[in-house]
Amino acid sequence: MHHEAQGASRRDLLSLIGAVAGSAAMYHAMTSLGFAAESRYQGPIKLEGDPRGASVLILGAGLAGMTAALELRKAGYQVQILEFNKRPGGRNWTIRGGDTYTELGGATQDCDFQPGLYLNPGPWRIPYHHRALLDYCKRFNIALEPFIQLNHNAYLHSTRAFGGAPQRIRTVKADFEGGISELLAKVTQQGKLDEAVSKEDQEILLQALRSWGALDRSYRYDANLFSAATRGYAAAPGGGLSAAPVPSEPVALTDILKSRLWGYLRNFASYNFQTTMFQPIGGMDAIGKAFARELGEVIHNNARVTKIEQSDRGVTVSYVDAAKPSIPTVATADWCVCTIPLSILSQLPIDVGPAMRAAIDAVPYVGAVKIGLQFRRRFWEEDEAIYGGISYTDLPIRQIAYPNTGFNRTGRGVLLGAYLFDGANAYEFTAMSPKERITHAVEFGAALHPQYKAEFENGFAVAWHRVPFALGCSGDWSDEARLQHYANLCQIDGRIVLAGEHASELPAWQEGAILSALDAITRLHQRVVKT
Amino acid sequence: MAVTGYSYLTAGCAVALSLIVNAAAAQEGQRTFSSGYRFVEMSGEELYDNVCRGCHMADGKGASGAGSYPSLVSDPNLEQAGYPITFVLRGRRAMPPFGDMMNDGQVAAVVNYLRTHFGNSYSDTVTAQDVSEARQ
Repeated sequence: MHHEAQGASRRDLLSLIGAVAGSAAMYHAMTSLGFAAESRYQGPIKLEGDPRGASVLILGAGLAGMTAALELRKAGYQVQILEFNKRPGGRNWTIRGGDTYTELGGATQDCDFQPGLYLNPGPWRIPYHHRALLDYCKRFNIALEPFIQLNHNAYLHSTRAFGGAPQRIRTVKADFEGGISELLAKVTQQGKLDEAVSKEDQEILLQALRSWGALDRSYRYDANLFSAATRGYAAAPGGGLSAAPVPSEPVALTDILKSRLWGYLRNFASYNFQTTMFQPIGGMDAIGKAFARELGEVIHNNARVTKIEQSDRGVTVSYVDAAKPSIPTVATADWCVCTIPLSILSQLPIDVGPAMRAAIDAVPYVGAVKIGLQFRRRFWEEDEAIYGGISYTDLPIRQIAYPNTGFNRTGRGVLLGAYLFDGANAYEFTAMSPKERITHAVEFGAALHPQYKAEFENGFAVAWHRVPFALGCSGDWSDEARLQHYANLCQIDGRIVLAGEHASELPAWQEGAILSALDAITRLHQRVVKT
Repeated sequence: MAVTGYSYLTAGCAVALSLIVNAAAAQEGQRTFSSGYRFVEMSGEELYDNVCRGCHMADGKGASGAGSYPSLVSDPNLEQAGYPITFVLRGRRAMPPFGDMMNDGQVAAVVNYLRTHFGNSYSDTVTAQDVSEARQ
């Protein structure tokens, strides 16, 4: 998820600046330890000291709640979890053929995907530096496979450039880097960098530009076998007679610049999306299911929390059966770890001080939409040699993501036909019926893949503001809100502590949910063993 | 400021792209899509249908799951126009802020629409100037 470039906007710019400032601050902190650490995760948590039979009630069986339950139980606590859904996992969720889902407003979808095909409506990729999540996957024996973020043969597409024809990522990247390299080599040779760069470094710079930009011996980026080795061939090398490669014609720098397609290259460069990324084989919900299997009986499904109270002696949580809300029930414990999304928690009566209350109320939730489309055949592989990865477009669907599994097989495939995160289009697609969302995803996607019209079979659309158990995709912290409220949100308030991606600096990532839970229970445990 | 967006024909066989100078000119069978972070929809009705309806639903009655989206039907909270203006601009709890995604005229249009539909009939009209002042 999360702030991939979708054309220039003020929001993108702000998030970019924020990301740069954050990573600089992080680097400074880490270099003081003598190394640049890739994660705050310190390995499996060790909660030492006897909790003397203390009980903890955990609200929400998403990854944060289940992490807390698992580790607290291991440390000697009595734990139980109340979960709104009839399944554990929360936003860790996979849709398959035979699944039925009713969104807020009452629209019901029955998924018709062929067996083995699926849509991850929530999280779908795991960066290599999300070490806590990867550690739990390893402990639970969850088989992973690569998630392909960058496929050089996928497309970048602008309705306002190249006559609306999608361009291969490979050629845009090669021509962007080649054009810039040629330009920089030219000014270097003209002596225009003499004041900034020493003669010795200029020589090295020219070598570097030749290498990086695929320039020829005279530092030109032209149609030749140097550039073709990066951007591809008009006729690829073959065998036997007529085997000689024919170079392709680069696109002029001015056209690349004006196309603005270079903006998408950031989606492959930024830290969160660098190789290697992973996905669980068969669907992201393998992780939630594994947590739930470990936990066993402690999860109570179909429990809608209605009130959270605390006193000097403990916490009391009222809840109703989500299917039979007339029957109120009460659960009590010494302590409470609450992972309910703030979009919902902010509507519940909860006994916490004004600082935490204000923090709970301060975080709106991101609008996001994902649409899975099943096609009769994997035409993106068969016709276009696109095996996994993502095409980006300025059309309202923003992305088409190809399955990173089951490559090179005949038969059906499900691709992600739209992924909207934040911004106007996410709201516009949320406001439609699921059927309309799918219809529009097919119409727009056909601009990149004309095969859509003939090969489309069925689809499934999830709009996160209409998801009954989340009311939004993830906590949308503004910089000001984080400054003012984040610490208050994370503090233990009496006997209650909050956890979840919203209580992390990794919003919308599963890693944020887990790190938040580990931090919350560490502090809670310290308090318990002290009292 | 020129407003740009996509006009897209549902029944059309190809994606029709055009510069929408007046996004209020949405016709039947046609849906407006924004091209950037901000909304291009201009009329109160179209803003409601393309934005608010996501949570408050076509009938304005909202919805309930683990939490709720409130009903806007015959809503006394709409009586003082400043209340919905502030809500749309700044958001609150599950309600996202739209101050960065809509201009003053758009916020005024959607507030006026709410205050004259779904069983609400408040006769005083909100202006872009009112919204501009509420941003201060």
